[in-house]
Amino acid sequence: MSKRKTSAVESHMEKRFEQIREEKRLPPKVIDELEEKLGHLDITKKEFDDICDNVINSYEQSIVEPGEAVGTVAAQSIGEPGTQMTLRTFHYAGVAELSVTQGLPRLIEIVDARRNPSTPTMTIHLEPEYAGDRNEARRIARNIEMVLVESVASNVSIDLLRSAIQVRLDPELMEDKDLEVEAVAKAIEDKIKKKGEVEEGDNVIFVYPTNDTLAELQRLSEKIREVRVKGISDIGHVVIRKEGDEYVLYTEGSNLEDALEVDGVDPHRVYTNNLREIYHVLGIEATRNSIIEEAMSVLNEQGMDVDIRHIILVADMMTVDGTIRQIGRHGISGSKNSTLARASFEVTINHLLGAGISGARDPLKGITENVILGQLIPLGTGAIDLLMSPSQFSRSKK
Amino acid sequence: MLSGITTKKIDSIEFGLLSPEDIRKMSVAQIVVADTYDEDGYPIESGIMDQRLGVIDPGQRCRTCGNRVGNCPGHFGHIELARPIMHAGYAKVIHKVLRAICRECNRILLTDEEIDYYNRLFKRYPEIGQKTAALSKEILKRGAKAKSCPHCGAEQLKLKLEKPTSIYEVGEVGSVRLTPIDIRAQLENVWDEDYALLGINAQAARLEWAIFTVLPVPPVTVRPSITLESGVRSEDDLSHKLIDIIRINQRLRENLDAGAPSLIVEDLWELLQYHCTTYLDNGVSGIPPARHRSGRALRTLAQRLKGKEGRFRSNLSGKRVDFSARTVISPDPNLSMNEVGVPEQIAKILTIPERVTEWNLEEMKELVLRGPEVHPGSNYLIRLDGRRVDLRFVKDRSIIADTIEPGFLVERHLSTGDIVLFNRQPSLHRMSIMAHEVRVMPYRTFRLCLYVCPPYNADFDGDEMNLHVPQSEEARAEARVLMRVQEQILSPRYGGPIIGALQDYISAAFLLTRKSSMYTLNQVNQLMATADYEGTLPEPAIKSPVQLWTGKQIFSMFIPEGINISLKANICRKCTQCKKEDCEFDAYVVVRNGELIFGVVDEKAFGAGEPDSLFHRIIKERGSTTARVFMDSVGRLLVRLITDRGFSMGLNDVTLPREASQRIRVILEEADKKVNQLIETYQRGELDANPGQTLLETLEQRIMATLAEARDSAGEVAGEHLGLENSAVIMAQTGARGSRLNLSQMAAVVGQQAVRGERISRGYVGRTLPHFEQGDLGARARGFVTSSYKSGLDPIEYWFHAAGGREGLVDTAVRTSTSGYMQRRLMTALQDLKVEGDGTVRTAPGRIVQFKFGDDGVDPSKSDHGRSVNIDIAIEKVLGKGRLE
Repeated sequence: MSKRKTSAVESHMEKRFEQIREEKRLPPKVIDELEEKLGHLDITKKEFDDICDNVINSYEQSIVEPGEAVGTVAAQSIGEPGTQMTLRTFHYAGVAELSVTQGLPRLIEIVDARRNPSTPTMTIHLEPEYAGDRNEARRIARNIEMVLVESVASNVSIDLLRSAIQVRLDPELMEDKDLEVEAVAKAIEDKIKKKGEVEEGDNVIFVYPTNDTLAELQRLSEKIREVRVKGISDIGHVVIRKEGDEYVLYTEGSNLEDALEVDGVDPHRVYTNNLREIYHVLGIEATRNSIIEEAMSVLNEQGMDVDIRHIILVADMMTVDGTIRQIGRHGISGSKNSTLARASFEVTINHLLGAGISGARDPLKGITENVILGQLIPLGTGAIDLLMSPSQFSRSKK
Repeated sequence: MLSGITTKKIDSIEFGLLSPEDIRKMSVAQIVVADTYDEDGYPIESGIMDQRLGVIDPGQRCRTCGNRVGNCPGHFGHIELARPIMHAGYAKVIHKVLRAICRECNRILLTDEEIDYYNRLFKRYPEIGQKTAALSKEILKRGAKAKSCPHCGAEQLKLKLEKPTSIYEVGEVGSVRLTPIDIRAQLENVWDEDYALLGINAQAARLEWAIFTVLPVPPVTVRPSITLESGVRSEDDLSHKLIDIIRINQRLRENLDAGAPSLIVEDLWELLQYHCTTYLDNGVSGIPPARHRSGRALRTLAQRLKGKEGRFRSNLSGKRVDFSARTVISPDPNLSMNEVGVPEQIAKILTIPERVTEWNLEEMKELVLRGPEVHPGSNYLIRLDGRRVDLRFVKDRSIIADTIEPGFLVERHLSTGDIVLFNRQPSLHRMSIMAHEVRVMPYRTFRLCLYVCPPYNADFDGDEMNLHVPQSEEARAEARVLMRVQEQILSPRYGGPIIGALQDYISAAFLLTRKSSMYTLNQVNQLMATADYEGTLPEPAIKSPVQLWTGKQIFSMFIPEGINISLKANICRKCTQCKKEDCEFDAYVVVRNGELIFGVVDEKAFGAGEPDSLFHRIIKERGSTTARVFMDSVGRLLVRLITDRGFSMGLNDVTLPREASQRIRVILEEADKKVNQLIETYQRGELDANPGQTLLETLEQRIMATLAEARDSAGEVAGEHLGLENSAVIMAQTGARGSRLNLSQMAAVVGQQAVRGERISRGYVGRTLPHFEQGDLGARARGFVTSSYKSGLDPIEYWFHAAGGREGLVDTAVRTSTSGYMQRRLMTALQDLKVEGDGTVRTAPGRIVQFKFGDDGVDPSKSDHGRSVNIDIAIEKVLGKGRLE
């Protein structure tokens, strides 16, 4: 058993792998796996060749056939398990304090490419030098979590005598959020700009508006409550969790663009479940990947075994033209070429009226149109034309 | 049958509007009388049911084409409108176009340079595959912004659309309504080139045609009147609406001719507009829908097309078929996976056309001779000239049988061996329609083999299924090659078998293959005979004093040679250190060269929907026929085995000894105490909240956890006492049916009932039921059921159980509709995608979506549970198992 592979075999193996790679006989993943598995095996040249032939052969046998209705199969493969999924919207995913939409509602959300998912959340990993330190993680979390004046103030009131707005800060909360009075004052000043003067006191801030009518005071005090003192907007809550030997931050709410720039955050390992945001910040390829990732994780969470290729097809279809298009009337189905196909999906009348006035021409290349006309559909065995002339056939026989 | 070599195919369809001339040209009658029939029940000339418009009564001939009912397609008539009428659906478009053209010279409100610029873009866009619709939108917007006309300099006024059909010109003095006459006059002057820029194809439709001067009257065949039992004729909704239109139109004309005051004319015109609008679409917002005398809203043109019950989805995308049957299904374990039992009564109605040739002449004669009453017979004979003979009415079939010659068609009864399509709704995936071979049987139900229940999602509590008989040779060939059950074993969803053993098959396999099972020669022969085993028996495992075979030996006889696999069975205890072959529970399954060496066969080995199982290996290595034969024969054997042995479950199986019940009661009492303690700490305000949760949430969570733990440990106690020989335990462990949880609910304690994932808390003020004090947070008051199903629930527990159970029912009902809609949307979005000859995935117009399907070009149903190639197997095949260690 322990006889070493001769160098001749090894060089032969290398050459063959190179050749397979060049000719693209196998997908890269399969070659890598094959290389790794054969690497530490003690085999002869012939055995090696046999294995390679075997693998290539079985790969080629598993290729999709031309005409295969991959779209229909993908739709069925994702839709069918949908009937078995739970409808319970919320589920505590790992972190007990954060609830994340799951199951069928989340799947619909992904497929719909919703602008505002119901529970946006980010997973933020930290730079290696901070990752293992709980205190550092806490500090970074504090820099991310959005803090409003309202949430550190014990009271925001209007002082009619001084015609000013009085913001009384809660020292305990300030301590907890690691904030100074100056910082709060500065934030308010930046926000209201020239509309008033800010005066800070001991745990109290007075704002004197330039225009001191009562209405203005009211309006301004509302505004001051909403002033962001710290953190990035839209992130309500941050949870720190230890994973392996590093601390990971989970957020409620998502703001990828700003999170990437926070000190101490490893920008390569920040993840959000908000697809639109990913598209906005990272582009379409990233969106495609995250559609696949999100859909797969929803299905797996529910214990649904669905081949990733189906999801990939959906993701590719949603992203082909460089923007996210939803599955449905405002996206893919609504932008189809065929009037008949659009009319038989939703908003029938409008599509027909539009076709009439623009003199549309339906090329009848799709499925629905041909079903409507009672013709063979261009899929599977219907995608192939084969005409045989019996007379010619019998003549050649003779 | 493929009739003739030339097949006609519609290549494309063009849409457009009918011009007034078109409408007059295709009309066969001008309709002026707002009435249907005279006193004699005879259609009134030039009335709404004019005989030139087609026939709907049997026996009459069409005045236009001379055909009778069924052959006459119907013919359009027309109404000359006294004043032009807006098409409500196009009001928006008209409004937009009017804003973009000059009110004086009617040119587009763009400078010549802009026109040139856009014209160039219009040429360019199609070349780069862009749609020009967006351009037109831009032009419409830009035109609307112009203050004055770049061509004649006229000042432009703001236009306001008042839904649904009125357009006002807002000047400095006030707003003036533009009449359809004004609008039409403006639109008539617009150049074709300008229309093109505005997104209107003047060849297909000029926008002024959207303002009717002539209204087409659809043929009577489109709106047939029905005669009620009482002899009263009831007209179609469209006819009602047309009568309204004609009546008002005539009144308007008379008033115009008489020179009536403009106020009256305006009113009538407005009314005519209303009738025309509702005639086209009775759901336009802003006006009340037209109603029938009974108060029901009329179903006019748009309503006929729209929605699920509309023409598109109901009639055009969904078609009705002949040669189909539907009845209740019932199981038959003796059928093969590929077969379906068809009642003789059905087989005598469904037919297959068979061409008479010199080779089957005698056979066909015999079938014709037997006629429609006896089963393998025939219903019709079609002669060479295409004449169809109904064999029911032939007095002496022997005469007819003698005339048969090659080339005739015999519509013979469906008989054993024919291929048919079998379907159960909802058809969620392609395995919902599979091809089966017919087996004609007595009685009135379709019979099917149990393996196909999972793909159809069928059970036998009254389910019905449909059967279709393909009529052409091509269809039958495709059904047999592509759709047969055995070809569908591997699901494209995850690349594993979706068909496989279930329930009793699994229990039986466990009983057969566990270590203690030994069978005498007699028993083995019995079993082998039922499984149709051909071949020799292996050496018995025990030779004396009596020859005994192990169950594993018996099972091994059906596994094809050369199959190698090892896996963990469902009964696996998930020990921290797997002892593999030395597993004391025999849970590590090893098959070497088709020989079951270790382990028991259960759900993991050949259950339905189990990827990477023994059955999966068999079908991957040996193909679908071998797999089908394996399943069929093993199935018959297992059914025989379990019938002989007997396998049942009763109350006894969930009865615990007194001592165990005592322990469970103690556990529950302790849990209750703990809960009360928690509540006390909470009420004293000493409970620490979990981060991110309120105090109450924390309390709830702790209580839930405590009770869940109590239920689990109670279940464990029950489990200890139930023993491994218990039928219910065997079923739960092998994965045949039920779970550990089900068992402990039956034997020990049902546990917490939940609604929306929380303990039940709603009902009365501060309490769930009046039996508790307000604010009682205790276990029992919030839906913890301490009884077991066996001991029975008390009324309060029963109430909570029903509340929890109802949530499940509501959930299922809601889920089916939401997921159904999602699937419909996915379907319409993806259905046009197909793999082309070059391996790319493209949409219908040919746009590439993927260069290789799924990035590696592998068909999931041909993959090995998602892997494109199972390299381990490939290596093992070449090297053999020994070299791998």
